[in-house]
Amino acid sequence: MVRYVANKFFYMLISLLILISATFFLMKAIPGDPFQAEKKVSAEMKARLMEQYGLDKPLYVQYFKYLGDIATGDFGISMKKLNQDVTKIISDTFQTSLKLGLVAIVIAVVVGVLLGMLAALYHRKLIDNVAMILAVLGMAVPSFVLASLLQYYLAEKAGWFNVLGFDKPLDYVLPVMALSAQPIAFIARLTRSSMLEVLHADYIKTAKAKGLNWLTIMFRHVIRNGILPVVTYVGPMTANIITGSVVIEQVFGIGGIGKVFVESITNRDYTLIMGVTIFYGVILMVARFLTDIAYVMIDPRIKLSGGKEG
Amino acid sequence: MNKKRLLSMLALILIVSTVLAACGSNNNREDGASNGAGKPAEAKEQVLHINMSAEPPTFDPGQAQDSQANTALKLMYEGLVRVDDAGKEVPAAAESWEISPDGLQYKFNLRKDAVWSNGDPVTANDFVFAWQRVLDPTTVPAAPYAYQLGYIKNAMAYNAKKVTDFSKVGIKATDEYTLEVTLENPTPYFLGLTSFYTFYPVHGSVQNNAAWATDYKSMITNGAFNLSNWTTGQKLEFTKNDKYWDKSNIKLSKIEASLVASGASELSSYKSGQLDFAGAPNGEIPSDSIPTMEKQLPKEFSKKGTAGTYYYEFNVTAKPFDNVKIRKAFSMAMSRQDIVDKVTLGGQIPAFGFVAPGIKGVKDEFRTEYKDNFFTENVEEAKKLLAEGMAEEGYTTLPEITLIYNSSESHKKIALAIADMWKNNLGVEVKTENLEWGVFLETRQNLNYQVARAGWSADYNDPMNFMDLWKTGSGNNDSGFSNAEYDKLVKDTLVSQDNAVRMEKMAAAEKILIQDEQVLLPIYYYSNVSLTKENVKGISVNYNGAIDFSRAYFE
Repeated sequence: MVRYVANKFFYMLISLLILISATFFLMKAIPGDPFQAEKKVSAEMKARLMEQYGLDKPLYVQYFKYLGDIATGDFGISMKKLNQDVTKIISDTFQTSLKLGLVAIVIAVVVGVLLGMLAALYHRKLIDNVAMILAVLGMAVPSFVLASLLQYYLAEKAGWFNVLGFDKPLDYVLPVMALSAQPIAFIARLTRSSMLEVLHADYIKTAKAKGLNWLTIMFRHVIRNGILPVVTYVGPMTANIITGSVVIEQVFGIGGIGKVFVESITNRDYTLIMGVTIFYGVILMVARFLTDIAYVMIDPRIKLSGGKEG
Repeated sequence: MNKKRLLSMLALILIVSTVLAACGSNNNREDGASNGAGKPAEAKEQVLHINMSAEPPTFDPGQAQDSQANTALKLMYEGLVRVDDAGKEVPAAAESWEISPDGLQYKFNLRKDAVWSNGDPVTANDFVFAWQRVLDPTTVPAAPYAYQLGYIKNAMAYNAKKVTDFSKVGIKATDEYTLEVTLENPTPYFLGLTSFYTFYPVHGSVQNNAAWATDYKSMITNGAFNLSNWTTGQKLEFTKNDKYWDKSNIKLSKIEASLVASGASELSSYKSGQLDFAGAPNGEIPSDSIPTMEKQLPKEFSKKGTAGTYYYEFNVTAKPFDNVKIRKAFSMAMSRQDIVDKVTLGGQIPAFGFVAPGIKGVKDEFRTEYKDNFFTENVEEAKKLLAEGMAEEGYTTLPEITLIYNSSESHKKIALAIADMWKNNLGVEVKTENLEWGVFLETRQNLNYQVARAGWSADYNDPMNFMDLWKTGSGNNDSGFSNAEYDKLVKDTLVSQDNAVRMEKMAAAEKILIQDEQVLLPIYYYSNVSLTKENVKGISVNYNGAIDFSRAYFE
């Protein structure tokens, strides 16, 4: 087990280095710089700014300096959000995205699994059909359309919620709905199909034949095996959701990290682009890493190298 | 086996607890929902709700360079003068001022009752400190708008390190409350300029503290409001400054700004009653919704011209637009009125010149004194000019033409409409290409285009702000245009004292630019479209669309 984890961890570091390097050089390859505007600053002023931010140096010098800086945990200051600490921008906005994201994830998993289980248990009955129609709708309607619809009908017309803002508990409702619709649909379908598979498996028949009661069969065998694909999906989904949805954040006026990321690219805010990219990379890798480990722990069929159980 | 049972128990507990947690929070929400959010009952509390489509990149007046920062800083700071609704300079931090007959010496007498938000008096030294900071070549990061102070004697020389002794720069505090400024040339619009953010005073304590303007708690300001809360990317909150000298005229207790870039969300929020003001200059009303809003909410709707011009510029060094007749043909072969009426829909005015309405001339607006009748739209004439131009260049067919614009729904609509007009009127197929903002700017700057979208809005109230752009070597001249006669006219204007002569020369320069050379194809003069709740009064918008909420109030 330890070796498995160490191995995974090592590959994570390698991936991170590749991510940093690729982003750095691609970012610099885009035309433009952080100091451009419709009303240009003079050439001398621009040269002075480039020098002050170290952008006048050869690319490889900038690259190694940057690697050195982040190795010491220094992500620098934003070039467009003047003098603001990149770490602070990320932590401020990530907290907002995290608050919204966690609620959405919990809702997605709970509602999705319940919906999928009901559908599987009442296979080919009304509940199944309704659940699957909902799931198809959830998958098919893009989140920005759903967000705008929710905003228009429930906030603007009905006046039940604020159109904009993210201060009160009530402000969570619409963005959470918009954000969790797609994962709910996906999880419901995943759960349903894998539960159906499990329900027809031989060991369930055996269990029934042995006369185990229904609840025991459900919890010990069906759910536990049926939920495996969901676990695989939850890792990347979590990473995806908590890193912020730029669309949802734009529509509801939420100061999340997704918005910051997109703005940083438009602004050519080099330090911020790098900071957020690395942060995203780490989140995604950690999520995958945890998924792998959770998978090993839940699924008895996955054997670690060596064949012995850790 | 035991371990597995434990795990499944854990999984079960997790599922059950999340279900319960979700139910709990759902219940809370239901309770809240029945109370009904939406409609603000706090209207009488004098709290104004506005939206800004982007967070101001900085709250440092010396570093600011955009309209979001302008709106925020206007609340938080006060310059020597303020410009009132009528465009007239009125006393602000300066109680009075004297201007020497040659127009070079300005003496500002500061009011003695003005204090910073920490209680320190606002003195002439604070202005000297702020202006020196902007001009100082060692300031990090360099202040991009330093040139705004360029009218002051030796200011740019000091900025370019040609003069190292700051005492040679025309900025002096002769005593605590007297500021004397010496200019390079007589500049009739200098007084108005001192109301601009680059000229705001800054408290001396910020020296050596690069991060002072990144935290609202460490900002010391002298304006009518203090920044009292700031949630990154989400919300700004300005609270009335009780130490402000003119606080009896400030009726709002608070201004709350959401930070949403989506025009649709902003409008929706306004309609739901959450916002008291929506639209330009800080936000946007989607152009599709403008006609409906105008009809539905006539008392709240406003469209007002602002001093800016939307135009297409030609690369006069690239084929086929190196030929003036071809440039003229393209400019004539379109209907600006149709663009304004059917595409932009925001009350813009068709433009046939470059200097926008709202800019001061001798007695009246420049545009009223000098009409923009440099050319007329005329398809027959355009066809003739195109044929002549093509003959001169020896073309049988025109080279392929691409029109570039930066990615945006509205630019796209305009570009497609104009390309269509060219096709119908001239029979010329023009490709349109959208480019991401940064790529677009670089492409244009490198003269790597044929015809490109552009826009210009005024920073100060003088035609010079428009004419200066097309000088040879001007950083903003992306057209390749260079004309000795034009340059001379602009240069003469700079040193002239007589305003009538200045305007005459600028009109002559504009004639060269548009009528003779057709360097650009003017499309329309900008307008601001906004919605204001009927019970909100006292919002002031100046000639270039900059907005001042500080004296707003609820009836």
